[in-house]
Amino acid sequence: MSAATEAAPIAAARSGTGGRRRTGGYWRRVGRHVWRDKVALLCCVILAAITLAAIFAPWIAPADPYKTSMLRRLQPPLTGNYLLGTDELGRDLLTRLLYGGRVSLSMGLAPVVLATVLGSALGIVAGYFGRHINMAIMRVVDVFYAFPSVLLAVAMAGVLGAGIFNSLISLTLVFIPPIARVAESVTTQVRNQDYVEAARATGASAPRIILQHVLANVTGPILTYASSLVSVAIIIASGLSFLGLGAAPPIADWGLMLNTLRQAIYVAPINAVLPGVMIFATSVSFNLLSDSLRTAMDVRA
Amino acid sequence: MHFYVLRRLLYTVPIIVGVTLVCFSFIHLAPGDPVSAVLPENATAEVAAQIKAAYGFDRPLPIQYLKWLWNAASGDFGMSIMSRRPVLSEVMPAVANTALLAVTAIIVSFVLGISLGLIAGFSDRRITDRSVTAFATIGISVPHYWLGMVMVVLFAVLFRVLPATGMGPAGTQFWHFSVDDFRHLVLPALTLAMIPTGVLARSVRAMVAEVRRQEFVQTLKGKGLRRGRTFVHIIKNAAPPIMAIMGLQFAQLLGGSILVETVFAWPGTGFLLNAAITTRDLPLLQGAVMVLAMFFVLTNLIVDILQTAVDPRVRRS
Repeated sequence: MSAATEAAPIAAARSGTGGRRRTGGYWRRVGRHVWRDKVALLCCVILAAITLAAIFAPWIAPADPYKTSMLRRLQPPLTGNYLLGTDELGRDLLTRLLYGGRVSLSMGLAPVVLATVLGSALGIVAGYFGRHINMAIMRVVDVFYAFPSVLLAVAMAGVLGAGIFNSLISLTLVFIPPIARVAESVTTQVRNQDYVEAARATGASAPRIILQHVLANVTGPILTYASSLVSVAIIIASGLSFLGLGAAPPIADWGLMLNTLRQAIYVAPINAVLPGVMIFATSVSFNLLSDSLRTAMDVRA
Repeated sequence: MHFYVLRRLLYTVPIIVGVTLVCFSFIHLAPGDPVSAVLPENATAEVAAQIKAAYGFDRPLPIQYLKWLWNAASGDFGMSIMSRRPVLSEVMPAVANTALLAVTAIIVSFVLGISLGLIAGFSDRRITDRSVTAFATIGISVPHYWLGMVMVVLFAVLFRVLPATGMGPAGTQFWHFSVDDFRHLVLPALTLAMIPTGVLARSVRAMVAEVRRQEFVQTLKGKGLRRGRTFVHIIKNAAPPIMAIMGLQFAQLLGGSILVETVFAWPGTGFLLNAAITTRDLPLLQGAVMVLAMFFVLTNLIVDILQTAVDPRVRRS
């Protein structure tokens, strides 16, 4: 990858394939920029490590995440077989941190992915058709934008009831409005471009124009913006679990672990703050990566 | 100017209506019966119907909405199912406590964030710029509820210099102007200030860097203006958008302090919402969310209007 040659975009005769080729070249350039950015690379390594650890937790974890031991509660790190100590029920903390990534990472990523799909769809339709359709969609979006994001997430999750699925719904709902707004404003800029006019003049249908011409040109900005939301999503998702609105015990989840270990903060402060280190590392990495992605995409010309 | 303010005010009306609709729908989105929380285990259908009628849940939805809206407009958000006290009298003291926390936090982050941003934006040394950016990035990425716990561990458990939780001695619900109450305010306010500080430092830095690159700055330098005067020109151009960001951050703090309040057992809206959720007290939840959302809309409105008053460029666009 580092020795990738400067692949000039092949000028294809058909506009459809031409658009796709161009995007490939653009994305490759973005990839190369991120690759050269040392900080971003380090973040990639950290995130990859956390993700792989979560996926392969059953094979690499030293203990059973659910095996409690009343005798060995809140052991400090580096005691016996417990590399990071134990939690308030005597379960191995390292094991639970590894397993915890499964729920916490999915709870942070899934809402952003869902909201990106739904929000972009809403925003692109609103931006492309304009006028009344734009009004109808964007006013509804504005209403949800009129709530502070954490408040909306907590209120929705609280109303629907605790649980992973309900937090997923409420987080998705929180992230749809900002993405829809970005998608709408980019699409509004794109739809008056000459190539869209030209496509319309040749009699292409609206869905065809959107899928072939608009989508390719709005994906970049939307994805950059969405990537900046992942860090917030991880924090709020774990926050919901921290409030007891997300994952239910005894599932290992960083936010939930932080919640249950909070009672032990005076007895075993190190153990109590450990799950937060994982949330922090993940969220910082996503943030720095998204920063790098943004600079990379700015060098579009 | 007046035209713009009027348009902005009119634009707020449908949003407020929408917000009330969302808040109203909370009760009916919830699984189960809205009164199930107060019903005895073995309540007969007759008793259940009576209680439902007492709370007005037996009417058709549009009627319920209009009645609720009419009452809400006059400050009556119904009765808390758990405490049987009017919702507003539970919400208002909590809002005041949250506002105290949010105002302190925004002042701290204003001072810290703006100075850090200015230092980074005006510094031509890479290391200064880099360290401020790193600090700001940490500020916006840190899970603030966890930061709160770390603060408690450091200052309350290890060094024992500040109280860990509460608003004052012996679980008081009202803030008094005393040294002890100030000490209780320090940790939660600092924790809450972390995110806006990061956001502000980053945007001030970016804004200053951007304005500095504009041609008029070169012209000012070219005509031999002193550094201090150029600085004033740059600040004047960068200030309005930064003010808008600050307003938005303040508004987010009002509704977003739930997690920090939980960590520090601060008797604010977050605490109230938490209680409302665990006891499934939906009218209380509804009222609290509604009041907070209204504050949020109002703050945004004020920020927008102030911005047009300060910055003629916004008016023209």
